[in-house]
Amino acid sequence: MSFLSKQNKTTLTEPLNLNNPIVAQVLGICSALAVTSQLKPAIVMGLSVTIITAMANVVISLLRKTIPNRIRIIVQLVVVAALVTIVSMVLKAYFYDVSVQLSVYVGLIITNCILMGRLEAFAMQNKVLPSLLDGIGNGLGYAWILVVVAFFRELLGNGTLLGYTVIPQSFYDLGYQNNGMMTMPAMALIIVGCVIWANCAYNNRKK
Amino acid sequence: MNFIKKFFDKTRPTFSEGGKLHALRSVYEGFESFLLVPNTTSKSGVSIHDAIDSKRIMSMVVIALMPAMLFGMYNIGYQHYMAAGLDGSLMEMFAYGLLALLPKIVVSYAVGLGIEFVVAQYKHEEIQEGYLVTGLIVPLILPINCPLWMMALAIAFAVIFAKEIFGGTGMNIFNVALVARAFLFFSYSGKMTGDEVWVANESILGLGKDLPDTFTCATPLAEVGSGQMSASLNDMVVGLIPGSVGETSVIAIALGAALLLWTGIASWKTMLSVFVGGGLTAALFHATGSTPIEWYEHLVLGGFCFGAVFMATDPVTSARTEGGKYIYGFLIGVIAILVRVLNPGYPEGMMLAILFMNLFAPLIDYFFVQHNINRRLKRIKN
Repeated sequence: MSFLSKQNKTTLTEPLNLNNPIVAQVLGICSALAVTSQLKPAIVMGLSVTIITAMANVVISLLRKTIPNRIRIIVQLVVVAALVTIVSMVLKAYFYDVSVQLSVYVGLIITNCILMGRLEAFAMQNKVLPSLLDGIGNGLGYAWILVVVAFFRELLGNGTLLGYTVIPQSFYDLGYQNNGMMTMPAMALIIVGCVIWANCAYNNRKK
Repeated sequence: MNFIKKFFDKTRPTFSEGGKLHALRSVYEGFESFLLVPNTTSKSGVSIHDAIDSKRIMSMVVIALMPAMLFGMYNIGYQHYMAAGLDGSLMEMFAYGLLALLPKIVVSYAVGLGIEFVVAQYKHEEIQEGYLVTGLIVPLILPINCPLWMMALAIAFAVIFAKEIFGGTGMNIFNVALVARAFLFFSYSGKMTGDEVWVANESILGLGKDLPDTFTCATPLAEVGSGQMSASLNDMVVGLIPGSVGETSVIAIALGAALLLWTGIASWKTMLSVFVGGGLTAALFHATGSTPIEWYEHLVLGGFCFGAVFMATDPVTSARTEGGKYIYGFLIGVIAILVRVLNPGYPEGMMLAILFMNLFAPLIDYFFVQHNINRRLKRIKN
């Protein structure tokens, strides 16, 4: 199988849209609501999940023939836990302020349904390269939703993007105010709903 | 009435199939059936003939809201003239309030009905009349100084996310007007619950005068929270206190309540049990010393009466079983007082109480329906 055969391409691109972990499978919602109040932690979280999903998929795919079926979940968890610990340490070492903002949610990647789902559904049955692409695809599919949600929440809730003030002072002078509800997880759920709505409408139109 | 009918008869071809304005057919039908009794009847299925349909119910509730709205206008003027230290005649105060409130009502209807029209047009459905009441209630449950754009945003949010995505009028789980208020409450709490929002502070068309931006005036309930209350019971019942536009006067609300109960539109069971629940809870808290004011003062203050009369009884979102209405209403009263007394952050709890019970209304109905089924099953078996 060549690197970008048609099947591999589908494996990579399908999770971005038609089979998106958040929008289509509605997995990993808790972390999507918790870390998206600002853009920066959302981007870091999205990248962390992408890296961990891809690596875990590769490792499990390599081990898939030797893992005894009855203890496969434990093995998967050990692999994911090791990767999460590494990522968490890297974040603490190089991006300390972001890791403080993400608090427990990096550690909770272990319990992220997307990871377990991909390991069980894909990596256990497929070769290394497709597993890698599947992991990257699903991670990025998760990440872009996070970024979209965080974009709106930070812009409307704080008037900033990546910490820089975007909405000019003259708006505030005219009576504009930041929307406090945007910083609450309740509004994040509504925005995720809107993204799902827009995505479905787009896909239906394409059909 | 005849000239209205003639007008609709004359313009009908423009809107029917092949006419110039066929695209706006649903708007035409909406206005026609609002003003006149529709001259089409259903062609299939079982239809129940009643003297009253949902458009007439809505108009009746709008009429019942009139006393509260008119008094609200007067009170806006009264509070402003008092704050400004001006002497105004009754008519001047009323005119000031009218001019302050009118833009809100216009914007509320324009945004809400606009969305309804677009959705009806898009889905090729008839326009649903549900917004008629909501459009008037929203300005009445907001402080007078809430900016127009915030209100418009909240209404758009509420109509789309609380009503249209559930399937439109009659399908919503939450009271639309309260969702609009809750959106503002959580989004822009400074403009909704702060001290400076309750009194209009600018001159309008030469009436009244500009007050400094820093002018503040707390509602009696907020004062209760901080341990001081200046309003007399008389003022609270008549309604000459700062507060959301339509909620202050118990007498005006009572007039509306009488009309709703007399026509049978609102359920007396819900209404009564809200007051019973609230009164008992407040009396209990007063006896234990948790709240400084008497139980009847709790009932006449804030949005309690307005909520009990116009929003708890909303036939769509309240419990629909007759027995369920008692429990539904009772718990609204209990929760409203609980929030007021036990949560120092929120001086008023009526909005949260009604929204919360809206959520549980289907569950209450479920238990009552099941109970009924079980009772009848038992009867068959014996």
